[in-house]
Amino acid sequence: MPSASDPIAAAHQRHWRRNVRLSLSLLVIWAAVSLGCGVLLADVLNAYTFLGAPLGFWFAQQGAVIVFVLLILVYAIRMGRLDRRLKSELAELERGGER
Amino acid sequence: MTVQQWTFLFVACTFGLYLFVAWRARVRDTGGFYVAGRGVPAIANGIATAADWMSAASFLSMAGIISFLGYAGGVYLMGWTGGFVLLALLLAPYLRKFGHFTVPDFVGDRFESQLARLVALLCALFVSFTYVAGQMRGVGIVFARFLEVDVTVGVMIGMAIVFVYATLGGMKGITYTQVAQYWVLIVAFLIPVVAISWQLTGQPVPQLGMGSELTSSGQRLLTTLNQIHSDLGFTSYTEPFTGSWDKVNVFCTALALMAGTAGLPHVIVRFYTVKNVQAARWSGFWAIFFIAILYLTAPATAAFSRYYVFESLHGKTEQQLPEWFRTWEKTGLVVWLDDGDGEVAYHGEAQADKNEVFRKGSLGAAEFSKIRAQHFEWLSSGGAAGEDCRPALREQGLGGPDRDIMVLAMPEMAGLAAWIIALVAAGGLAAALSTASGLLLVISSSVVHDFYYRMIRPTASDRQRLRLSRIAIGVAVVIAGLFGIYPPGFVAQVVAFAFGLAASSFFPVLVLGIFSVRVGTVPAVLGMVSGIGFTATYILSTVFFGGERWCFGIGPQGIGAVGMAVNFVVAGVLTPLCRGPSEAAREMVAQIRAPEGEDPPPPVAGH
Repeated sequence: MPSASDPIAAAHQRHWRRNVRLSLSLLVIWAAVSLGCGVLLADVLNAYTFLGAPLGFWFAQQGAVIVFVLLILVYAIRMGRLDRRLKSELAELERGGER
Repeated sequence: MTVQQWTFLFVACTFGLYLFVAWRARVRDTGGFYVAGRGVPAIANGIATAADWMSAASFLSMAGIISFLGYAGGVYLMGWTGGFVLLALLLAPYLRKFGHFTVPDFVGDRFESQLARLVALLCALFVSFTYVAGQMRGVGIVFARFLEVDVTVGVMIGMAIVFVYATLGGMKGITYTQVAQYWVLIVAFLIPVVAISWQLTGQPVPQLGMGSELTSSGQRLLTTLNQIHSDLGFTSYTEPFTGSWDKVNVFCTALALMAGTAGLPHVIVRFYTVKNVQAARWSGFWAIFFIAILYLTAPATAAFSRYYVFESLHGKTEQQLPEWFRTWEKTGLVVWLDDGDGEVAYHGEAQADKNEVFRKGSLGAAEFSKIRAQHFEWLSSGGAAGEDCRPALREQGLGGPDRDIMVLAMPEMAGLAAWIIALVAAGGLAAALSTASGLLLVISSSVVHDFYYRMIRPTASDRQRLRLSRIAIGVAVVIAGLFGIYPPGFVAQVVAFAFGLAASSFFPVLVLGIFSVRVGTVPAVLGMVSGIGFTATYILSTVFFGGERWCFGIGPQGIGAVGMAVNFVVAGVLTPLCRGPSEAAREMVAQIRAPEGEDPPPPVAGH
């Protein structure tokens, strides 16, 4: 791997760190709605009713899947933005190099 | 027109459509054959992925499982879709950037080991064949019930169709056929459940209908179900952690299914077919979007069909028995063994001695008809001759109808029009065929690309490999067909095995390969071997040799979660002690992490 003092490699590393941070935070939500609300807290949440169903039951059979769809949508949008940011940073560096 | 005529019509039309699409998309090189020339648009790839993903199990079995398990059925919904999140976030974009043909390819190149490649290859083959066997059972059920042809003939027709369009068009043909199959299966799944939701609750959106009041009684559907369940000795429909599904098992099974799903080779390979990394991410979104349409509807199908089973069976006399019961009785997937009072009684675990509704399960046809004959003799002679066969079936856990009939029988239960019933049959076939074709391609590319080309004869030309791929699909089709005609009695357990293996082998090794630059050959291979070893030993000993569930009482379905942890821990502990990856492998990791850039050149001989 090229050293971090290389500005192009540094830009790539920043992009990678942002990528990992985004993926991790989405995975925290992923675990919270499915394994959290859908399983570990299901008995507690079942005391409440949502759309005519006990809430824990609803999370396990509806809520978790709905959140999954949104998570992947957010991921695709935000990663697209991160990619464009990297591209403009790299373009900036190239212009700086020419000067 | 009768149901059977409608079914013939729909099946003939849809099969013709699939062949036509495949003919339009036929290919001539390995790039087109394996990865559709990487020119599939994100949304089309998303739809195809959804069809590939949603197997006969999703279409025919899942709603049935939820229907019988209630809350605990949610682990399949969460597990299979949750796994897709892992796949889309952690694997798909990077594997697309890696840019070769298969999963064993990545494992072999990243960890620079032919042994790792071979282990991955064997896992891919095992998982794929297990899966294909399940699809063929689905095809067999649909043909046997709706076209009343022999299962053997049905399976052969199905296999012939798959063979033609898979060898003709390879991945390209399969992809576009799957797009067509998605629309067939989703329409077939939605129409009946919307009609039933309207009929039962006056609410056309099934997801809302599930939580609404029944128009007949004014009581909520789920409340009614819970009440029936407690009256007849079943565990509650909505309460979690009943029976063998305690918290540990629900948690582990959900996690194992998630990780296992993310590691399924036939789904991962779909992301190799799009143009670039960006398209891989969007195709992930479109896939889950189209999958969710079915997965969010399945719980409603489950609740409605559960209600209808009690409504149309319990307390009915011989004359009042519905038509759907009579037709399904012929297949042995549901049967009524009366206690002599002339009234059907369907009871759950807590009142099992009163239950009179059973199924064939994995019993042989001859054995099962002997049991029934004995019971009827016992009934007609007033107990003087023959034998009351209910206790024997109860002991084998065969109480209640087979879960696989629920989706197919529900339109009949609700008395919907004949063409809707036929449509559901065509949808079931679409689901089974789309998944089977994807799997057959993975099998053929694993054998020809990973084994023959990368390990045995790296000098093979493109034309030779293409021809071999077509032969390999032919052989795989025959083997899969044999599974369908002579289904092994243990399909269900083997499926648990497939997910367990994928969770404890592929998933950790792929995540480590992408997200760590330190893990080298030895930790990766040993991690994979110990993960698989642990999972396989545990499943074999508990399922096939009646061993104890010594690991926190976790069942065979959930043990993959522990196997995955074993894999991660072993690899993690060994990494600081062993040699790291070479400069070339580090370079490769850096490459797959960068969003832009060209596809790598085709794999070089002797690499």
